[in-house]
Amino acid sequence: MTTTTGSTTATGSVGTAHTRVEGRDKVTGAARYAGDLPFSELAHGWLALSTVARGRIRSVESAAVLGMPGVLTVLHHQNAPRVDSDYIGVLGVPPDPTIALFQHDRVQHAGWPVALVVAETSEQAREAAEALVVHYEEEPHDVAFLGERPDANPLDTTEKGDLESELAASAVVVDAEYTTPEEHHNPMEPHAATARWEGGRLEVVDSNQGTTWVADELVKLFCLDPASVRVRSEHVGGGFGGKGVRAHQVAAVMAATVLQRPVRVVMTRRQMFSIAGYRSPTAQRIRLGADADGRLRALDHRSLNLTSTVYEFTEPCAGVGRVLYDADAHHTSNRVVRLDVPTPTWMRAPGEAPGSFALESALDELAEKCGIDPIALRARNEPERGPVSGLPFSSRRLLDCFREGARRFGWADRDPRPGLRRDGRWLLGTGTAASSFPAGAAPSTAAVTAQPDGTFTVRIAAADIGTGARTAITLVTADALEVAPDRVRVRIGDSDFGPAMIAGGSMGTRSWAWAVTTAARELRERLALDAGIPPEGLTVRSDTSEAIRALAHKERHSFGAQFAEVAVDVTTGEVRVRRMLGIFAAGRIVNPLTARNQLVGGMIWGISMALHEEAVRDQVSGGHAGADLAGYHVATHADVPLIEADWVDDPDPDDPVGIKGIGEIGIVGAAAAIANAVWHATGVRHRSLPIRPDRVLTAGEGARNV
Amino acid sequence: MREFGYQRASDVAGAVALLGADPDARFLGGGTNLVDLMKTGVERPSRLVDVRELPLDRIESTQDGGLRIGATVTNSDLAAHAEVRRRYPALVQAVLAGASGQLRNMATVGGNLLQRTRCGYFGDVTKPCNKRVPGSGCPAIEGDHRNHAILGASRHCVAVHPSDMGVALTAFDAVISYETTEGSGELPLCDFYLPVGDTPHLETALPPGALITGVTLPSAPVAARSRYRKVRERASYAFAIGSIAAALDVRDGVVSDVRLAFGAVASRPWRARAAERALTGARADGESFAAAADAELAAAEPLIHNGYKVTLMRNLVVAVLSELLEEASR
Repeated sequence: MTTTTGSTTATGSVGTAHTRVEGRDKVTGAARYAGDLPFSELAHGWLALSTVARGRIRSVESAAVLGMPGVLTVLHHQNAPRVDSDYIGVLGVPPDPTIALFQHDRVQHAGWPVALVVAETSEQAREAAEALVVHYEEEPHDVAFLGERPDANPLDTTEKGDLESELAASAVVVDAEYTTPEEHHNPMEPHAATARWEGGRLEVVDSNQGTTWVADELVKLFCLDPASVRVRSEHVGGGFGGKGVRAHQVAAVMAATVLQRPVRVVMTRRQMFSIAGYRSPTAQRIRLGADADGRLRALDHRSLNLTSTVYEFTEPCAGVGRVLYDADAHHTSNRVVRLDVPTPTWMRAPGEAPGSFALESALDELAEKCGIDPIALRARNEPERGPVSGLPFSSRRLLDCFREGARRFGWADRDPRPGLRRDGRWLLGTGTAASSFPAGAAPSTAAVTAQPDGTFTVRIAAADIGTGARTAITLVTADALEVAPDRVRVRIGDSDFGPAMIAGGSMGTRSWAWAVTTAARELRERLALDAGIPPEGLTVRSDTSEAIRALAHKERHSFGAQFAEVAVDVTTGEVRVRRMLGIFAAGRIVNPLTARNQLVGGMIWGISMALHEEAVRDQVSGGHAGADLAGYHVATHADVPLIEADWVDDPDPDDPVGIKGIGEIGIVGAAAAIANAVWHATGVRHRSLPIRPDRVLTAGEGARNV
Repeated sequence: MREFGYQRASDVAGAVALLGADPDARFLGGGTNLVDLMKTGVERPSRLVDVRELPLDRIESTQDGGLRIGATVTNSDLAAHAEVRRRYPALVQAVLAGASGQLRNMATVGGNLLQRTRCGYFGDVTKPCNKRVPGSGCPAIEGDHRNHAILGASRHCVAVHPSDMGVALTAFDAVISYETTEGSGELPLCDFYLPVGDTPHLETALPPGALITGVTLPSAPVAARSRYRKVRERASYAFAIGSIAAALDVRDGVVSDVRLAFGAVASRPWRARAAERALTGARADGESFAAAADAELAAAEPLIHNGYKVTLMRNLVVAVLSELLEEASR
């Protein structure tokens, strides 16, 4: 078995650690983010959000605030430009209708945008927006997500075999419900957009995960000529799935159109909790039936999430079992219930993050009941082909990840019995879990230009949301051109560069790398034939649509094995992670430095998910009480212990660079590994996240009473 | 953001005069809580009188062997002071358990005592809150109150005081000094915070316009063997869900002196006098510690979702007193 850190390819840039090409700009403050860029005549818009969770707007008392200092206009449902939200976007889905701002008098959730106040300064706009009185006809709301509901709508179901008879024939059965709470992306940089009309073109400077994606949606919403819209997004301070088309861009475009001057709209942290998307809470029931040796006869994973009353968003938790384990009877289903809440959206590892918490906790419970090692249990149930699809895996090195992880973590010395290890007031335990996330590529276009001075410029509408994508594209292009990376300049984040995949679905770098490699290889061939480069440069364009369409159908995924050691004080309920190790099989690693950063970042988010993160929806108001980062906890530095991520060699055989994708997999399985370690430390199972002190304290009482 | 006035005072009399009788003016110390509240609209002062440069940044020994801490001493300086570390270790531990290094460099002793609750409803002007808008209601009682009070609350407000420092100061009988235009005065910390009752918006017994000038810690030999333990959902940068300041003196196996104060259980740092009474003269062992905790917590009135705090505080009393006992016997 080989691990590839520092030992990938003999030559070339890909596989060698490189600091971010824009790193110096970022740490010196030279990098300008969307909310920083100066514009002359810039006006500032501030969104006013509803304080009721359901009802109608009776009146917006804008006259009173129009007289306030600096106020230029108040846009609301009676005067805002009309938009058309009846379309299918570039990602193949219709838009969340909530982005059709100010089109009617209905209020569909607490924090629904009801008006935009525009003023000369941001402070004036905020003061006026907070002073704006809106009268509502309030209606009773329902925001209670309580697990089983008769009105839950089943979607997306797979069924194989007779579940009940396999469960009945099983020597060992696990039947448990797991829950995860409402979670929010909370990127460091809040959403910010500036819109302006310049020479007949609409230009939007934004912070997003895909400029052509946002441009396409704005074109359709405002019924514009595609050539007349340009969206730029040069630096992005985190996205995690939440930076698509949102109220701020739409509001900025509306105001810039009405006022005919540049308008900037920035969200506050609190506003992000209601208009930036979030991960739905989930309630997941898992039933596993196995022979005494742990071989699965039955796997049933039913997941429920909530969505808004106006859009069906599924958090596809049950999908994780369609990849990881086979069983004679294999049932999975995702269901949704509609409530008076904002529409949830993709958040890092949608489906897999909460789904793996449930499934990988259940596997650990099964290992305990069968009396076999959790890694041995997974080895026993390792499928030959996709459990549901029957397709072959492009590559699957999950067990190699477990073997390497177990070796480095010291798993062989583990006593499986819970509640035995103590360090002062702390009980210690270790846990493990599998992780997987789909590997895909989507059509993209790129242009690579050779300049007469021997340098090259890449243009691609990629997005670097902190992942290091700009650097990865630089390295991939340098290798395709067979030149040093310092001769390659990469320009991204501009919809004028043409269609490209968004930074999402762990597909960005792979999709972009494919497009730039295609263009760069052709450029190198042309340069080899032809000695001259014209003064304007020699440009080759690529479009990977055909190549990607031609890919054979296979089960294509990244895999990983997560390990955690925790300390639990059952007298105070405190849980602290002491160390984590993640070993991944996730395709060829382009830049070990930023890849490790991204994987470790996902694992740290797993700590947050396991122990801290939870947005509590106030049932009376239908919103959150004081939503901010003081109340919504994420892991601090002090919560992040010795944490290590590494990988086994796993180049994708069907990708020109061998990439699979690493954006999401770091978080998958991390919370389960921690929860399993908490069980190993204490002997108490925690099936609801986060594992809060009060839960540990009360669970301990329950355990003592048994 | 609304415009507000800003004035900087250079002496105590000047500061008090500048504030005058204006109920909408506020003293500004480190600003680590007030400025946040101004951003969220909870506080909308007409004027700020900056007291940070007042000559109140000293820590001095008093004649009876106590310490007098100036109101503008920063949390960082307080925690680093050699005499504080030697005589009141629990106070140092409490201060260092709070906030972050950057915040502790800004935050002041006077401001710490006057900081407001972090109840999410209080901090959100779109929600009712009897503390912020008297008579508007308390949604926490039926809503999110996992971190709310189990002692001394009322049906009008169940918020907790967030201070760590104040818990240790309460255990050690601190006395607050203040100045008004009428002259100076003193308030023992145990009388400083008002009972919640039906007036949760009235938080302290300070006269209107008063400026805290310092905190005096009387001599307390028991405090040299003290500790502060804070329990929170994450390892740093979070308010307590329960905390304890404890000091213990044992002679011949019997408790001769004990101090106990709880944090994050009430609208103020909670001096556990019933527990102290139960312990004084009792055998120093786990059984006595648990009985003392039960004596204090008999008055607890937990809500639906915060009953765990009763268990937590009982466990903390036993754990921290046991640790102090073990240290003493070493």
